[in-house]
Amino acid sequence: MMAKKKPRFAMYWAASCGGCEISTLNIGDKILAVDEAFDIAFWPCVADFKVKDVERYPDGYIDLCLFNGAIRNSENEEMAHLLREKSKVLVAFGSCASEGCIPGLSNLTTAQATLRAVYLDNPSTDNPKKVLPQPFTKVPEGTIRIPEFYERVKSLDQVVPVDYVMPGCPPEAKQIAAVMDAVITGVALPPPGRTVIGAGNVAVCEECPRQKNVKQIKRFYRLHEITPDPEICLLEQGIVCMGIATRAGCGALCPRVNMRCEGCYGPLNGIEDQGANMVAAIASVIEEGSGPLAGVDEAELQRRIGEIMETLVDPAGTFYRFNMAHSLLMRARFKGDVV
Amino acid sequence: MNDSYEPVIVGFLCNWCSYRAADLAGTSRLHYAPNMRPIRVMCSARVEPQFVLKALREGADGVLIAGCHPGECHYVDGNIKALRRYELLKRMLRQLGIEEERVQLVWAAASEGNVLADAVNRMTEQLRRLGPLRWRETVLGGDAQPEERAGEMMAKEV
Repeated sequence: MMAKKKPRFAMYWAASCGGCEISTLNIGDKILAVDEAFDIAFWPCVADFKVKDVERYPDGYIDLCLFNGAIRNSENEEMAHLLREKSKVLVAFGSCASEGCIPGLSNLTTAQATLRAVYLDNPSTDNPKKVLPQPFTKVPEGTIRIPEFYERVKSLDQVVPVDYVMPGCPPEAKQIAAVMDAVITGVALPPPGRTVIGAGNVAVCEECPRQKNVKQIKRFYRLHEITPDPEICLLEQGIVCMGIATRAGCGALCPRVNMRCEGCYGPLNGIEDQGANMVAAIASVIEEGSGPLAGVDEAELQRRIGEIMETLVDPAGTFYRFNMAHSLLMRARFKGDVV
Repeated sequence: MNDSYEPVIVGFLCNWCSYRAADLAGTSRLHYAPNMRPIRVMCSARVEPQFVLKALREGADGVLIAGCHPGECHYVDGNIKALRRYELLKRMLRQLGIEEERVQLVWAAASEGNVLADAVNRMTEQLRRLGPLRWRETVLGGDAQPEERAGEMMAKEV
């Protein structure tokens, strides 16, 4: 039998795609060290545990819980509360749990519109009776209940206190391996309190090998409109690369392969709103208005600058690709929002 | 709509022109709408889009950014940077369901107390017609406590 009690490990997915689990398995044979060092207490992806099992655990029974996925419905929230109670250390793992990620983009529309798109309007949806999921349904045997679909997507820290955040969509395997190594070998983690671990605190640009010059953007391009020079900073070429407003930790994977940084590692320390910061940064490097200004026609200057900004299609969706649910405004506003 | 609704405008005024314009409006005893809460910043380029979003979330009905005329910025082109940011922010706010009148940029030189007063009057009337924003209550459903805590943490850092 075991001489020493092993610490207990859990990993759970709420509103997520499963990519975080895949990235965790991508740490390669280190996963065996994880298995050796921990007793798995709950991990629906790899082992057959039931929620009932977790409910029976005493509080604080799980030593380390990696929670990935956003809070999209009442079940996600219930699991967040349950796992918070049962875990000593709760980590918001990956972009969805830390800041809403792609599910959070639905905060740019209403829950009703999202349901309509999925159950009625999608061309591949076959739903002739136009059945929409209902939280409560009466059947002869009684009333059955499914989780309630929330009006807005929330990040994990918006429903329960979170000890650590591991950003990324998904977190890079080498970062996960480094954190697991530290936990297994007993290296002290920084003080908890939504502390970011497994990432840097500089911008992605610091890890990006591209050549950076003075930026003077004439117009913006979407990726299909231009073949970028592989050596020069993408932003200089008018591609909306989020690297300048995004935390490093990935090794600038996307810019290395001619793909703009989409911002999945989230904002740097002290920044509350990644999108707003991106607006501040990118707007400063437009060329228009950088010449002599004496006697300039103000309205004409504003019109020309506005014209350039029109080439940046979908600013909210671009700047808040991963951060909408955790941004300052958190959600778009619609006429008829409940008072 | 409630009759007692008075729009709240957070005004970011640049130290060199627009704050002095506000001063001039005062010393010239111009009567204008008392709805703007002025905040002096060194330059309109100091106004981060984050400030604007935070003001709107925390209860402002509108945000007015005022700076020197193009070509007259104390820091050469700070106001041009503000203009570029404004033009992009405006487009983003449209997607977030915030009407264009709620965030405005005006140029008011130190001698233009009347221009600033007119801008505040005009904006107050526009916001009166639009009605209150009340972001927390209407858009977030009043459940934004965790972010309030995040705000406190930010304050401590600063």
